[in-house]
Amino acid sequence: MKSDRTLIILGVILLALVVAGPLLPQWAMFLATIAIAKGLVALGLLLQLRAGLVSFGQALYYCIGAYSAGSLGRFFGIGDMLLQMLTGCIMAALVAYILGFLLARYRGIFYGLLSLALSMILYGLLVKSEALGSTDGINILPSTVFGIRPEQAWVRYAVLVAGCAVAFIATLLVDRYLKTPLGQLAPAIKDNEIRVEYMGASVRDAIHVKYVIAAALSGIGGALAATTVGHIDPDMAYWTTSGEFIFITILAGTNSVVAPFLGAAIFGIIHTVAFDISPNTWQMTLGIALLLVIVFLPDGLWSLFTRRKAA
Amino acid sequence: MAVVLDARDLSKRFGAVTAAMNVSAAIEQDSVVGLIGTNGAGKTTFINMITGYIKPDTGSIHYRGRDITALSPREVTRIGICRSFQIPQLYSSLSVFENMMVGLGVVLRNAGLGGFFSRGQPNVPGHDAPAEDVAERILQRFGLSDYRNKNAQVLPGGVRKLLDIALTMVAKPAILLLDEPTSGVSAEEKFGMMEMVMAAVKAEGATVLFVEHDMEVVSRFAERVLAFYDGRIIADAAPEIALSDPEVKRYVVGGELRRMDEREGAANA
Amino acid sequence: MEEILTVIVDGIFYSAWLFVAAIGLTLIYGVMKIVNLTHGSFYALGAYAAASLTGAWIARGYPPMLSYAVLLGSAVIVTLVFAPLIERGVLRFMYTKDEVVILLITYALFLILEDVIKLIWGVDPYFIAEPYGLLGSFEIGGLTHPTYNLILVGIAIVAGVGLTLLLRGTRFGKLLRTVIHDPEVSRAMGINVDRFYLVTFTFGSMLAAVGGAFTAPTVSVVPGIGVEIVVLSFAVIVIGGMGSLPGAALGAVIVGLVRSAAIHYAPAVELFVIYFVMALVLAFRPRGLFSLAEPRKI
Repeated sequence: MKSDRTLIILGVILLALVVAGPLLPQWAMFLATIAIAKGLVALGLLLQLRAGLVSFGQALYYCIGAYSAGSLGRFFGIGDMLLQMLTGCIMAALVAYILGFLLARYRGIFYGLLSLALSMILYGLLVKSEALGSTDGINILPSTVFGIRPEQAWVRYAVLVAGCAVAFIATLLVDRYLKTPLGQLAPAIKDNEIRVEYMGASVRDAIHVKYVIAAALSGIGGALAATTVGHIDPDMAYWTTSGEFIFITILAGTNSVVAPFLGAAIFGIIHTVAFDISPNTWQMTLGIALLLVIVFLPDGLWSLFTRRKAA
Repeated sequence: MAVVLDARDLSKRFGAVTAAMNVSAAIEQDSVVGLIGTNGAGKTTFINMITGYIKPDTGSIHYRGRDITALSPREVTRIGICRSFQIPQLYSSLSVFENMMVGLGVVLRNAGLGGFFSRGQPNVPGHDAPAEDVAERILQRFGLSDYRNKNAQVLPGGVRKLLDIALTMVAKPAILLLDEPTSGVSAEEKFGMMEMVMAAVKAEGATVLFVEHDMEVVSRFAERVLAFYDGRIIADAAPEIALSDPEVKRYVVGGELRRMDEREGAANA
Repeated sequence: MEEILTVIVDGIFYSAWLFVAAIGLTLIYGVMKIVNLTHGSFYALGAYAAASLTGAWIARGYPPMLSYAVLLGSAVIVTLVFAPLIERGVLRFMYTKDEVVILLITYALFLILEDVIKLIWGVDPYFIAEPYGLLGSFEIGGLTHPTYNLILVGIAIVAGVGLTLLLRGTRFGKLLRTVIHDPEVSRAMGINVDRFYLVTFTFGSMLAAVGGAFTAPTVSVVPGIGVEIVVLSFAVIVIGGMGSLPGAALGAVIVGLVRSAAIHYAPAVELFVIYFVMALVLAFRPRGLFSLAEPRKI
């Protein structure tokens, strides 16, 4: 099946990163890890988008993941990468489980605006929270893996490997989920909720589940990003951060679970290159790119590949 | 025959509009009941109430002795009552086959099969075959196999209707409520379509209620007729009796049957 | 007692600012059914245009009392330059798309405009304090407030009353209401819906620009001032009901008073309390506090 082939491609790419990692410059490893982190968030967006729901506040869970990772270090002295990602994932999923009861009742613009409001609430709370560093944020403890601290030069690489492993496993699991009856319900929900109910499935429950999974993915991404950058601040919950994730998802398209990572990578490249060339026009570059994709490639960049295969 | 669906004294008002007033009907197992009445008489409201889409103001609905009045459409479907729609409710971005597979997936999931941790292709409960085979089988029975890979959006009207009805068969319903199954289908095709639908449905052993405006189709396929007018049931009998009831002739059937009578009268004279 | 008075006065000033900032957004949504993120860009454009034009005006020694007219004028001019360009050049082709897609398109335009502003005006801050200090101050309850703040209240009232009169009293207003109700049918009746959309978009954006222009003397104008206003305006119009004029007023008042109270009594919650109210409204009355009953679907 198509998706098995793309999963293999993802596996190969990630493996290549892991193998080539020690040879790559630090900035390249940094970019790659960030791309993986943001790709995970975008994967969560993809899950919701397939059901016709656009979350304008996904940064909420990205930020929860990041701050969970940071708090582990600040308050418990734990700097273990995998624990950070696990905690980020669980905290995000817990919050999403609760908020999901509310959010699953809405659609369209209201779903988007409510998710936006919730993320801005977190932003407001964090900015005013002295304990969590308010606008300065917190620095993350240097990373360890299973308690072993890699040498300074190898930290980046260790984070990259961890990121690749987690991303691959997460994508595999999501792909599997999408093949189950609940996972397959997404386009049906988008098309005709009434019919879904009359078939005997609960639309609200299905959306709730997708919301929680998306949050869990975003939590992992946030923790990974926090570990990579070494610093977290409230801007991670700001609506413009959510905008970035949406941009990545639109850029990539929703046709494949691998697409979000492609989108995140391209976003990272555009951002870096455009910012280097002219710091005052990189947003414009993004905006133009977004416009072009929406108008000419509504299924995202990934549709370029599938079209070629069909030819 | 045992009463399988019992509607007692259903009433429903939407503001100043009375959609149902003391509607009662006891439906027997394996029967075929035709629901007739002009637009706005309360037929669809009746179906909406039975399937839980609307809650009646007063009255109750019992299925095999169990009170189902408060159940949601989802729950009603799961206990064995399924319906088709006046305007076909399909998944427009999916193909015909995918439409069926979504439905079968839901049935599997409701039975606890085919989930995240399962392996292989489980049999769909009630059909005893893997989902793909069941989908093909039902599509074939409804003459939809040729449209298997076509997007639901591009289907012609009559085919959309058939798919809408085929989707209801997925959950192996004990009771089937068909809302105007032949509307939008040309006069010549109505009978053929109804034959096919009834054959497919009866093969699964279901009790059928169908809303119909064509009285010839009603006479041919229904064993019993419920005539609605202004939210009430004004006749409840076998087709020949119900259709010659003066009130029914006046409020529901209108001129057509009268003309037939006149023709018969002229022939006998 | 004095404190409550201050809270209310501060709240009113803030509400007025919010109302002027948000009213354009709700107008555009009500008529065109689009969620317009370039709203923030026009606010920023207004502020920047006002800063440079008014700064030049005062630097050349022209009468400072007329600087208020310059503030207004710069907002009008900058909108007339950019709004038709955006509406005719980009948005016009997108009306058939899904509302969320259109929102993303306005987001893309917002990103582009952020950098256009940087290209035109650079990244250094602009200050024009003269119009702000010129009018002196007045006292209420023992605390002084700059008289300048009353201008914004004045603009809010004029804008609110003016728009209401326009919509109810004039022929233009009646036609606009038909377009709001059903653009297709309006088109079939011969109404030039496209022209109404252009006018609405321009006028709505102009209101945002005016908000920005009159805020310019009170802050330092820097890149990014359009960013926060977008989400704030959203909060306001969601609370009041998207597309409703009285709703925008109510939303502005609620947000203004709540924020004022928060600043005075519980500063820690100042930032998030607004979004909390927005979330509450979305949770319980998503159509806003001023909304009509929704018709059933089947």
